[in-house]
Amino acid sequence: MNYWRAIAAIVKKDLLVEVRGKEVVLAVTFFVLLMVFTFNFAFRPGAIPNEIMTPGVLWFTFLFAGMLSFQRVVNSEQENGCLDGLMLCPYGRDVIFIAKTISSFVFVMIVEAIAIPIFAVVFNLSAIPIQLILIVPVATLGIAIVGTFLSALSMNTRLREVMLPVLMIPLVVPAVIGAVESTGDAFDGAGWSAVQPWIYVLIIFDIVFLVVGFLTFEHVLEE
Amino acid sequence: MANTISARSGGRRFGWMDGLFALTTVLMVVNFYLIFLWVPKEAVQGNVQRIFYLHLPVAWIAYLAFFLVFIFSILHLRKRGRRWDKWAYSSAELGVVFTSVTIVSGIIWAKPIFGVWWTWDARLTTTALLWLIYIGYLMVGAYSESAEKSSRLRAAVGILGFVVVPINYLSVYLWDTVHVEPIIGGGEESFLSSEMYTTLMFSLFTFTLLFFVLLKVRVMLRSNEEATATLAPD
Repeated sequence: MNYWRAIAAIVKKDLLVEVRGKEVVLAVTFFVLLMVFTFNFAFRPGAIPNEIMTPGVLWFTFLFAGMLSFQRVVNSEQENGCLDGLMLCPYGRDVIFIAKTISSFVFVMIVEAIAIPIFAVVFNLSAIPIQLILIVPVATLGIAIVGTFLSALSMNTRLREVMLPVLMIPLVVPAVIGAVESTGDAFDGAGWSAVQPWIYVLIIFDIVFLVVGFLTFEHVLEE
Repeated sequence: MANTISARSGGRRFGWMDGLFALTTVLMVVNFYLIFLWVPKEAVQGNVQRIFYLHLPVAWIAYLAFFLVFIFSILHLRKRGRRWDKWAYSSAELGVVFTSVTIVSGIIWAKPIFGVWWTWDARLTTTALLWLIYIGYLMVGAYSESAEKSSRLRAAVGILGFVVVPINYLSVYLWDTVHVEPIIGGGEESFLSSEMYTTLMFSLFTFTLLFFVLLKVRVMLRSNEEATATLAPD
């Protein structure tokens, strides 16, 4: 088995577990719906136009949904000593990092694909801008990379449920700013040129964290 | 290192650290004299501007401290052992302290000059985020299961935390297009008189010295803590 097939094997296993158990996507989608409805009560009706409010609500909901998913995707390996089994595989730990990032990314993308149309309906948006096709995956990837890395890191600490958000939120601020701003521009009807600088920021964010995560992950997961 | 401390607490000898400590104390007194009495009052901002001679060196130290955490963390992951982690952890603690002072002194200065306590300017926001990230770093240290493991987890946060600085700066800068012009950061040399320049340089030097003395003391303390921990019966 070469490197990529090892990654594919882990991703395939995660997807299979998800198809059979439906532990992440279903639960997290419900959580997102819950957030959409309760966020409505955080603002006084009519005080803020929906176009201004939606990008922020959307991305903070996805950030929280992401944190739940990443933690589940990574922590599930702790049951029955699966993590030890994975680490015994004759590949570097970075295989686990890449594979878990891909699985998390896929799960959160599915949740977002379900949630965005619902957002559009609930917040009375006339159309879903085409630019989201690029913005959503690039931003979600960045959040998934950092989230997967830090889930594995916080798995080894006490208070792991607290440590993930405490470490993750300040680190993903650039991705959140990029996502919120570009989504806002897209909802305002701005063209690709307005969104472009933010896409670059998001791509830089993804690449930097992917490289640093790749280089340091083996130290985080080491027993 | 632990031995030097225990030896010193028995028969006191005047070591080089004591000398450095005394020197820093004297320089700091001179520094405060320069800042509060010697340097002339700035024409536009008045006495408030004297904060500048504290704020800028402290902010520089904060960034230096986090840069050192980054370097020491890489060294720790490469070389292992306890040595570099002690330096990284101690530097992070000092970095958090100096960042807190930077933020507080900046807030006190900004209110009379800009009329607001806080603006979401790229430098302010980046510094505040850095503060939050390294508090997370200290929390990883405090809530980990074993010392060896926590040192590796910390190192990873120390590296990620510093790597994000330029991206943070870039994104907040782009975000904040109504950004206040860097009155202080930009063309400062242009209106600094020679006394002001001397005071600033003296303050920078003194605070840098203070930082390294504190860092060394903290590392020595940490070595002692570890030595004591191995002595304690289980």
